[in-house]
Amino acid sequence: MARLIRTEKEVEGRFEEVWIVVEEDPLEQWPEGPLSVVGRDAPRQDGSLRVRGEARYTADIKLPGMLHAAVLRSPHAHARVQRIDLAPALALPGVRAAIGPGEANGLEEEAGWAGAPVAAVAADTFAQARAAVEAVDVEWEELEVVLDPEDAVRRGLVTGEARRSERGDVDRAFAEADVIVEGTYRTQTVLHNSLETHQAICEWQGDTLHVYISTQYIWGIRQEVAETLGMPEDKVRVVCEFMGGGFGAKNSPDEYTFAAAELARRTGRPVRCALTRHEEHTSAGNRNSTIQRLRAAARSDGTILALEGEFFNSVGWSGWSSPTEGPMRALYACDNVRTVTHAAKLNAPPMKAFRAPGFAEGTFGLECLIEDLAARLEIDPLELRRSNYAESNEGTPYSSKNLEECYRLAEPHWERRHEVRARSDAVWKRGVGMASQIWYGGGGPPSYAWVRLGSDGRATVITAMQDIGTGTRTAMAQIAAEELRVPLEKVDVVLGDSARGPYASISAGSSTTPSMGPAVRAAAADAREQIEDIAEQRGLPKNTPVEEVVGLLEEAQILGKGARGPNPTGMSVLTFGVHVVEVAVDVETGEVRVERVAAIHDVGRIINPLGASSQVEGGVIQGIGHTLSEERLLDPETGRVLTTSLDAYRMPTIADVPEIVCEFVDKPDEHLTNLGSKGLGEPPIVPIAAAIANAIRDATGAEVHELPISREEMLRALEAAKEKERRGAPAAV
Amino acid sequence: MSEVRLTVNGGEHVIDVPVGASLAHVLREELGLTGTKIACNEGHCGACTVQIDGVPRLSCIMLAHTVEGEVTTIEGLREHPLVDAFVRADAVQCGFCTPGQVVSAAALVAANPEPTREEIRHAMAGNICRCGTYPKIEEAILSWQD
Ligand code: FES
Ligand code: FES
Repeated sequence: MARLIRTEKEVEGRFEEVWIVVEEDPLEQWPEGPLSVVGRDAPRQDGSLRVRGEARYTADIKLPGMLHAAVLRSPHAHARVQRIDLAPALALPGVRAAIGPGEANGLEEEAGWAGAPVAAVAADTFAQARAAVEAVDVEWEELEVVLDPEDAVRRGLVTGEARRSERGDVDRAFAEADVIVEGTYRTQTVLHNSLETHQAICEWQGDTLHVYISTQYIWGIRQEVAETLGMPEDKVRVVCEFMGGGFGAKNSPDEYTFAAAELARRTGRPVRCALTRHEEHTSAGNRNSTIQRLRAAARSDGTILALEGEFFNSVGWSGWSSPTEGPMRALYACDNVRTVTHAAKLNAPPMKAFRAPGFAEGTFGLECLIEDLAARLEIDPLELRRSNYAESNEGTPYSSKNLEECYRLAEPHWERRHEVRARSDAVWKRGVGMASQIWYGGGGPPSYAWVRLGSDGRATVITAMQDIGTGTRTAMAQIAAEELRVPLEKVDVVLGDSARGPYASISAGSSTTPSMGPAVRAAAADAREQIEDIAEQRGLPKNTPVEEVVGLLEEAQILGKGARGPNPTGMSVLTFGVHVVEVAVDVETGEVRVERVAAIHDVGRIINPLGASSQVEGGVIQGIGHTLSEERLLDPETGRVLTTSLDAYRMPTIADVPEIVCEFVDKPDEHLTNLGSKGLGEPPIVPIAAAIANAIRDATGAEVHELPISREEMLRALEAAKEKERRGAPAAV
Repeated sequence: MSEVRLTVNGGEHVIDVPVGASLAHVLREELGLTGTKIACNEGHCGACTVQIDGVPRLSCIMLAHTVEGEVTTIEGLREHPLVDAFVRADAVQCGFCTPGQVVSAAALVAANPEPTREEIRHAMAGNICRCGTYPKIEEAILSWQD
């Protein structure tokens, strides 16, 4: 039965209280461990479409009469349009329409960063549109450029108020501590760089707007487009059948969608607006850089007494302030914690959520600090982590937590450190480091699914969700097959179209499986109950195979529907894990090689171990890029992005990949839905940077404080370590 | 506009395209072969990889008018055992890089049917995968004949 409840909704670590209609979730969880289909390796159902190049991405859609749009972007990091003349653009061949500031959402007179959208042109070809954009005549008034986050915060240039949290008596705890460690950690700006760039095609049919878009959130696009254009939501149809990566950057429609919609309206033709790779680097979002000033106080027995952090998020011109302080507040049992997080408004490209925003950065700082503490206390880093194990989330019980089990599984990998170190030589120093992981990933309602069965014994799951490459189509098929007791090959999943299925969750915040999976299971259970009823009416035994019962249906169909039930009230739903990393450092050149990563995660029930291992590997590899090679650079004078190509911005290739071992605790969260599954998209990127830095420290004694760990940073840290050794390590406070 | 003759996956095409058009553009826009993806359009990622006379080439930075030899795209490799190997190994996440990966891999195994891990890493280093399918790609290529 439907029920209206007030509940807390979490996406990417941001909480809001909402009223939602939920359905009761009367299904018992399945028993622990692999079942007939769930918990067993399943190759992707859409794998062959993607591999054979048959999957149709937004980039591949070509509508009859379609025009191509290009966007004019500010060359200045801060400037205002004094005068703009679109006429020269309109006079060029093939140009069909041009719009300027204020004529579509996102096109603005004040440009807050180099790359901010100002105007857009639609033409027969993209080359013509680009040429036309170049011809637009703009007179700019240049304004002051602010790029330094601490300076910005001092001057009150912020995107929002500082976020403060405090528990216990931090000052007293520091005063009474046996040991205090402190450090400043910096993380760089990194780019999502999905291979399919941000893009949308808009087409008006009567008063309905059809939006084909590469997105992580079909329903969010529908809502935002409808609201911005003042339309009923049902008059906006959003389609995304296949998409080429998002990583957090594709949750909202943005200027390219609004420009395409307006240009389509003016021309009466479909319009595609696709970002180029360069625009992807200047204007499509990033993981913002941070500065973290951290302190920890402990008793000599290893009890962490207090933690304190001041965090600067370089949000950029707009965006939100991600929870960089989150790990400090939540990872360890500690009675006295104080954090303040500033949100600097800069003349730099706006941030967007990027795979565990805030937590990936904050874990780097915190887990390096904890390593420092272990060194000062001369306590084994694994022991230190265990002895400060949090039993609740600031007083709220966990729905489930198996981090202790993760630590146990980490032991054999951690044990390898003696043998790994022993493989060092004069040039290559080897070592092992670890870091823990904490993140959200519980998902939530609302989310719905339908299941349709015909007399051929095949089932179709229908829901307007998106599969952003994480394999959710397959996971949903597995869940439906398990519940219906039919073979996996007999289940199809239809998704990707807001007009052809019910509301579905965003694919961000590691929420797709925990949000959608329970709804799919509920829909399949509804269908199965109907099948059992029919069997009973026909006098067939209860366990008659499904094909046999539905075989009686002829043209009739069984339709099941299901909804995601609520999250457990009064409980924290979080994911946990630990990474143990082995590195080799060339102490002459500063080259760092990651040789082995053991990634151990507790995310509740695993639906598809094969797909789950791919998620972990992907997160680890992206994390290695963030740690060692990736950095979006701005010109410190002009604020322009210097790294606008994939040549300048260096992402990992196959040659950079270490041995990766994935292990899962695989215990259903007994309090979380009918499935007990949490999300896995983000957890594997969270601990990787700190684990690498800690391994480097183990190998060389050098303390790395800054990402990326370029050769310069590595050599600086090696030099500092030598210096420290020459002077003799300072005594404990 | 000027005429260009292309042999693609065994078929002959004579078409008028603008001077300066890339092979990738012609394949996708003129011939409807959208399996070849464009992700950077400047020769840095490998998504647009095709074979010319069996050699992997970046079609986004190759002028259509300068192509000499037979072009093979992913559409011409759909029945290659590598396709199944990629699916089995889960060497595909979002899939946007994958056709290019398969085209590169097919050229590798044609020249060297049993490449070592090192050889795979060497041959495949020009194909970026942002989703990080690399370990599974290695597995798929190692097991392509199974
Ligand atoms: S699209 Fe050709 S190399 Fe990137
Ligand atoms: S599978 Fe997404 S980029 Fe390779």
